[in-house]
Amino acid sequence: MTIIDKTADVPAPRGSNDESGPLLEVRDLHVEFHTRDGVAKAVNGVNYNVSAGETLAVLGESGSGKSVTAQAIMGILDMPPGRIPKGEILFRGQDMLKMSNEERRQIRGQKIAMIFQDALSSLNPVLSVGYQLGEMFRVHKGMSKKDAKAKAIALMDRVRIPAAKERINDYPHQFSGGMRQRIMIAMALALEPDLIIADEPTTALDVTVQAQVMDLLAELQRDFNMGLILITHDLGVVADVADKIAVMYAGRIVETAPVHEIYKRPAHPYTKGLLESIPRLDQKGQELYAIKGLPPNLLHVPSGCAFNPRCTMAQDICRTDIPALLPVTERDGTELVGRGSACHFWKETIHG
Amino acid sequence: MGRYVARRLLQMIPVFLGSTMLVFAMMYALPGDPVRALAGEQTVDPAQIAAMKHKLGLDLPLWHQYWNYLTGLFHWDFGTEIASGRPVADTIADAFPITIRLALFAFLFTVIVGISMGVFAGLKADTLRDRGLLILTLLLISVPSFVLGFLGQYLFAFQLGWVDPNVSAEANWSELFLPAVVLGSLSLAYVARLTRTSVAENLRADYMRTAVAKGLPRRRVVGVHLMRNSMIPVVTFLGTDLGALLGGAVVTEGIFNVQGVGRAVFGALQHREGATVVGIVTLIVIVYLVTSLLVDLLYAVLDPRIRYA
Repeated sequence: MTIIDKTADVPAPRGSNDESGPLLEVRDLHVEFHTRDGVAKAVNGVNYNVSAGETLAVLGESGSGKSVTAQAIMGILDMPPGRIPKGEILFRGQDMLKMSNEERRQIRGQKIAMIFQDALSSLNPVLSVGYQLGEMFRVHKGMSKKDAKAKAIALMDRVRIPAAKERINDYPHQFSGGMRQRIMIAMALALEPDLIIADEPTTALDVTVQAQVMDLLAELQRDFNMGLILITHDLGVVADVADKIAVMYAGRIVETAPVHEIYKRPAHPYTKGLLESIPRLDQKGQELYAIKGLPPNLLHVPSGCAFNPRCTMAQDICRTDIPALLPVTERDGTELVGRGSACHFWKETIHG
Repeated sequence: MGRYVARRLLQMIPVFLGSTMLVFAMMYALPGDPVRALAGEQTVDPAQIAAMKHKLGLDLPLWHQYWNYLTGLFHWDFGTEIASGRPVADTIADAFPITIRLALFAFLFTVIVGISMGVFAGLKADTLRDRGLLILTLLLISVPSFVLGFLGQYLFAFQLGWVDPNVSAEANWSELFLPAVVLGSLSLAYVARLTRTSVAENLRADYMRTAVAKGLPRRRVVGVHLMRNSMIPVVTFLGTDLGALLGGAVVTEGIFNVQGVGRAVFGALQHREGATVVGIVTLIVIVYLVTSLLVDLLYAVLDPRIRYA
């Protein structure tokens, strides 16, 4: 067995690990897909990190590369056609991209777990939820069927599914959407991983259920002191839960900031556009703002800043030079901790 | 579930009556006279023929003959062959075990080889091995079974001498190997294709991604999560296929001289032995109905989303 297995036997107290650095660190990650029409560059140099107990929200519209980054971390990208030409994904200081398949499998589910968007299609339709939950214990912990079932019932109780004992042998289609997402959460939580990646966990749910599921997720994260990467395109969901935000556009991070700062003063025109397109009660009756144009075609990303064709502030330099993610400062030059913007005109955006 | 089975069993009664009546009427309508044929080329007194027909009840109107046949069935009397005077039940008892053996052999071959080939190709769809399988199955589907049968017989029996060209009356398992392969090859091609498509499709399903993300080993991801879902359409096909195989195969049994149901029914048709034809066809119909019921029940076991009431 691998070294990872050994450390799993002696659970170290959470948060006080030998590595002082972040739990997960993504460094200069590139992902591309080789298709018949050419190479689609889905992720172009993404950097972010998450510490234990911290929530990072990754924001962006469809095709911005937020899910692909998560799948690369999980190691569930389809390769081929996917390829990771460059970059590192460090988990507790170790580069997962250099690990063997077996080493990565040991991490999946045990150390890093994932919650998917559509729980109905993401759960196996022909296996009972009890089986699918118990599988985690049977495969990773070598438990007997009976013990695994008891654990599965406890898990379902933990995510507040009513009558867990009676429903353990039910199938996914017999549950409501919210309950199914709770089962997904329970499955991710089963082995108390260090990090959970939630890929749009509430998108497929009713608005009334969304809040419940988000609250549950936040509560469990607090209780287990896990790191959480929350992938979403819903700015409303993020505000209550996240600690920091990374906004992605065309496979790059265009802005990073602590959560509340970004709502007050966005430092990138794209973020600004996103915030302005949230419906607001005080602007009732007015036409809702929308960012003009379409997300870029990843086969032909515009030169310079990928956002330039849709940007109201675009100048000549935006069409030629790719802006780097630079630290954002106050007018007088004092640093704003954790803030960065990949815009040539971030000063005008935040202060102007 | 119980009610569903009861309903399906009750539905078999009209199907049974209808199919026997249909076959009975068709035998009645066929040209040729089994009694007259007994005499061969000799001239016979028409009165003698009429007397014999009266004795056998063949001069009665169709509905009356059918009625007599049905009432006989309820006493397990399948009737008597006109030429040999042998009870039809004996002919059936001789032929069916051999056909069952051949069918099971062919079925096993179809299941094992067909599903393995399908999984093998489906896991790597659109690669060389997938294309190769596609061409092979296309070949098996398009070549008629008598070509395959004679080809196999020529190659393995006459040229290589590995097997006997004909199956003896005992129909041993080893003798049945070649006929079973020939008989099963068409279904094999269908099963392989069905499995391949099903596997390739389910491989892209969201729950497969979940299974990988759970950190399950690959053999579990494929063996449990993928196979449970991919086998649903294949099992449906296999069930009806088993019914068809049990109905006997006139061509394959003919080539390899297998004394099974297919040959028995073919011989009976040639000699206008109405009772034999109706008896065997009825049994085949019942076998088919029972297997399709079993398939439908199995379907609900495999796919919990299906519920019968």
